[in-house]
Amino acid sequence: MSNENDFLYILPELILIIGALIALLIAGYKGKKSVGFVANFAIGLMVLAGIVSYALPNDVTRIFNGLLINDSYSIFMKILTLFGGAATLLMIKNFLQSRKLDQPEFIVLILFAIVGMMFMISSNNLLTLYLGIEMQSLSLYILAAFNRSSTKATESGLKYFILGALSSGMLLFGMSYIYGFTGSTSFDLIAEHIGKEGSSIGIIFGITFLAAGLMFKISAVPFHMWTPDVYEGAPTPVTAFFATAPKIAAMAMILRVLYSPFIEMGTDWQQIIVFVALASMVLGGFAGIAQKNIKRLMAYSSIAHMGYALVGASAFSDPGTAIKSVILYMTIYLITTLGVFACILGMKRGGDSFEKISDLAGMWRNHPLIAISLTIFMFSLTGMPPFAGFIAKYYVFSAAVNEGLWLLVIVGVLASVVGAFYYLRIIKVIYFEESKDAFDPMSIELKIVLGFATLFTIIFTIFPGSLLELAQNAAQSLN
Amino acid sequence: MSEWPILSIVTFFPLLGALIIFILIKEDSEQSKNNIRNIAFMTSGATFLISLLLWLFFDNTTAEMQFVETASWLGGNINYKMGVDGISMLFVILTTFLLPFCILASWKTVKNNVKEFMIAFLVLETFLIGVFSSLDLLVFYIFFEGGLIPLYLIIGIWGGKNRVYASFKFFLFTLLGSVLMLLAIMAMYWDAGTTDIVELLKHDFPAEMQTWLWLAFFASFAVKMPMWPFHTWLPDAHVQAPTAGSVILAGLSLKMGGYGFIRFSLSMFPEASGDMQTFVFVLSAIAIIYTSLVAMMQKDMKKLIAYSSVAHMAFVTAGIFTANSMGLQGAIFQMLSHGIVSSALFLCVGVIYDRMHTREISAYGGLVHRMPYYAFIFMIFTMANVGLPGTVGFVGEVLTLAAMFQVNTWMALFATTGVILSAGYALWLYRRVIFGELEKESLRDILDMDKREKYILVPMICITIFFGFYPKPIFNVTSVSVDNLIENYRHDMENAGRLSHEPHIKAMGGDAATADHAPATH
Repeated sequence: MSNENDFLYILPELILIIGALIALLIAGYKGKKSVGFVANFAIGLMVLAGIVSYALPNDVTRIFNGLLINDSYSIFMKILTLFGGAATLLMIKNFLQSRKLDQPEFIVLILFAIVGMMFMISSNNLLTLYLGIEMQSLSLYILAAFNRSSTKATESGLKYFILGALSSGMLLFGMSYIYGFTGSTSFDLIAEHIGKEGSSIGIIFGITFLAAGLMFKISAVPFHMWTPDVYEGAPTPVTAFFATAPKIAAMAMILRVLYSPFIEMGTDWQQIIVFVALASMVLGGFAGIAQKNIKRLMAYSSIAHMGYALVGASAFSDPGTAIKSVILYMTIYLITTLGVFACILGMKRGGDSFEKISDLAGMWRNHPLIAISLTIFMFSLTGMPPFAGFIAKYYVFSAAVNEGLWLLVIVGVLASVVGAFYYLRIIKVIYFEESKDAFDPMSIELKIVLGFATLFTIIFTIFPGSLLELAQNAAQSLN
Repeated sequence: MSEWPILSIVTFFPLLGALIIFILIKEDSEQSKNNIRNIAFMTSGATFLISLLLWLFFDNTTAEMQFVETASWLGGNINYKMGVDGISMLFVILTTFLLPFCILASWKTVKNNVKEFMIAFLVLETFLIGVFSSLDLLVFYIFFEGGLIPLYLIIGIWGGKNRVYASFKFFLFTLLGSVLMLLAIMAMYWDAGTTDIVELLKHDFPAEMQTWLWLAFFASFAVKMPMWPFHTWLPDAHVQAPTAGSVILAGLSLKMGGYGFIRFSLSMFPEASGDMQTFVFVLSAIAIIYTSLVAMMQKDMKKLIAYSSVAHMAFVTAGIFTANSMGLQGAIFQMLSHGIVSSALFLCVGVIYDRMHTREISAYGGLVHRMPYYAFIFMIFTMANVGLPGTVGFVGEVLTLAAMFQVNTWMALFATTGVILSAGYALWLYRRVIFGELEKESLRDILDMDKREKYILVPMICITIFFGFYPKPIFNVTSVSVDNLIENYRHDMENAGRLSHEPHIKAMGGDAATADHAPATH
């Protein structure tokens, strides 16, 4: 039964939607001049939505006749997504001008994308899931091609759109199979059906296509082809956004789908996840080696990291451990990636942006603090202790070891050594090479994000307690 | 003393010094550089003095962990836990002892980026101490792995011409071994439900699992040690590293492997260790003969000493896996003595490298005419490296050889051949560098050692000679823990039906060895 209380639970989404519409109105009247104001307004909205999400009751509640669900898991992931979105917007708002992105619509699109993500996270039905995905994707397609005058950006937007449409098709195809064989699109009813009747070849078929569609959204191999081009082709502020919030939301959605309606069919979908994780880690590790562009490198790095997160997701026998490990991994990945992109955005000389790895040469002489931060992020992405990335890797691999997935974990850690090579190469360029000219001074917003990310990456290992607890609670509520 | 978290203080004190340098001092003048050097030296010196308290308050009569501290960390029985016993305590002291000398040795040679160099060294010291004093596997792993970061930077930034290659090779080799160990740690956690080392020592792992765990740990420690054929990173890293970096590598980093073998491989997987004994012996025998021969043919002094380190470490591995207390005592002693002697040798090479900027053996000759002090000091350490009686090198070697002889005569035969070969390469090196006529034009004006260099090497000479004649203080510390370890090992093996009852051979030990001691609870 639907009742007024249901609207309380989607208050964060409502805030964003109404806010985005107001922003659109402002944009319509004021035009380009309002971009700074709209950006600040959007950040405020996201912070407000985050606070409201936090204040919501975290008991498991199904709303709108079970179309959406509210639990600690959805709240945690929503706050994480909002945090990612707000932090990215904070970083990039000063860059919109120089990148010909200085239209308020750009920010409105980000807001709508975030709303889509929040629906993805809290969906409890294949239809709401699909609506959320499409709302997010359509906004992202436009964002990727937002700089219309750049052929690279247009190309990346088009590529993203075509492949994205293909994946949506697969998604729908899979959903129709699942609907046909279980008689419902509701996660609860699907789970009930599978619990009673067991799995069938039709459902497996459906899950396979569904998974293929979902894997596209986190750019896992073999659905990764768009990532390097989009990362490189899109303007850096857009790339920074792509690398953070959407990844969190998509991974949150994948966990929800796998562990909520299809948990009984774990042995079936585990094979898919294991394969995708293996392929992502290996490809992400090897393909990154030859890259010269740091954005492209980060694309391969993110492919590999989605693989590592999926390592944790594959251990379905102990759902609590598995989900907790992935939540932690994504949290740490998000914050580290924010830090890295703060550095990439800061690679400017005389107002022009640079994005080759060789542009970082000798950076530590001119910018010792930024260099140290970037080094810490690189080691953290490698998974080196004592940084946060190590704890993240420890938990996902530990979950898979408990499951006995030896091939997966052994290939995984070996791939992480291969990946270490290209992270080390960046450090090498920063420290071991002759220095070039200094970069422009960083804006205060970038410094804030960078400082926060650095501190988090160092301190998390020493005081992991509270975040672990939150992740634990979130994992339990999904389970 | 027990209420003071003395181990944590020792471990993190250098980090405090690093923070102070990082925050307070800007490297902009000669004066500020000196301030940085002074702070770094005082920090490491103070750490050494504090760590001596450990030895002072150490209880020789028990095999239990001492100075234990616990704090909750990750939850799920993974805690921050520190503590030392007779096996690990002396390695902590060795670390804190060597670090001030490293900083002294870099006093003049590191001219640029002094601030970063000293920070890297102090951070490294924290990691090194942590390795030997952590009592939780995951904490151990963090220290073990984390130490790679500063060492990578030290080799890469302040190293020689080919430093990038060497630093990458060093980092990736070691990482490759370690990640497998990490998987084993996870498997152990799920089997035993904890990563507490003390608990894990009591836990019996299933026999088949032990083999895999042993292999995974072996992958890490064999690279670190390094054992043949996993040693190829070492000569590169040594040659390219600055002198102080070489000292850390040879003196301490290698010891982590040996310590790991004793603490984990032998103690936690006794059955697998028994099965793998021959395997380790074969690798060790090859290492001793092969690397000694390779050392003989080296043209670069540092490379020669690096290869000799591999050979000496092979004595340690063989000694450890004889699995009797004589071999184990010998192995520990050999590690400690090698920590001093090889460090000193690298410092000696550093002395002439600073003057001539070459490590080619052929660039030297007849140094005795210009540098009598240097010739004398270098001779003492050469002799210690060969294992001359009366130096520390002898004690460890003779104990491990005797233990090997009991277990496997062939192993002892090959190992003893290695002793002869070591005399060959070491004395030949000495002859080529020090003796002969002073023919090279470039050496005419070379100066003898200055005060600072003497201050560094004289304490090491004292230790080399003192413990060579009187090793008892060392054995007093180690014997009870070692005997207890062997007792447990034999106990496990008997339970597994792998061992016939042999008379238990005790090592030459101090008074403590004869004291009444029971094996740890089983």
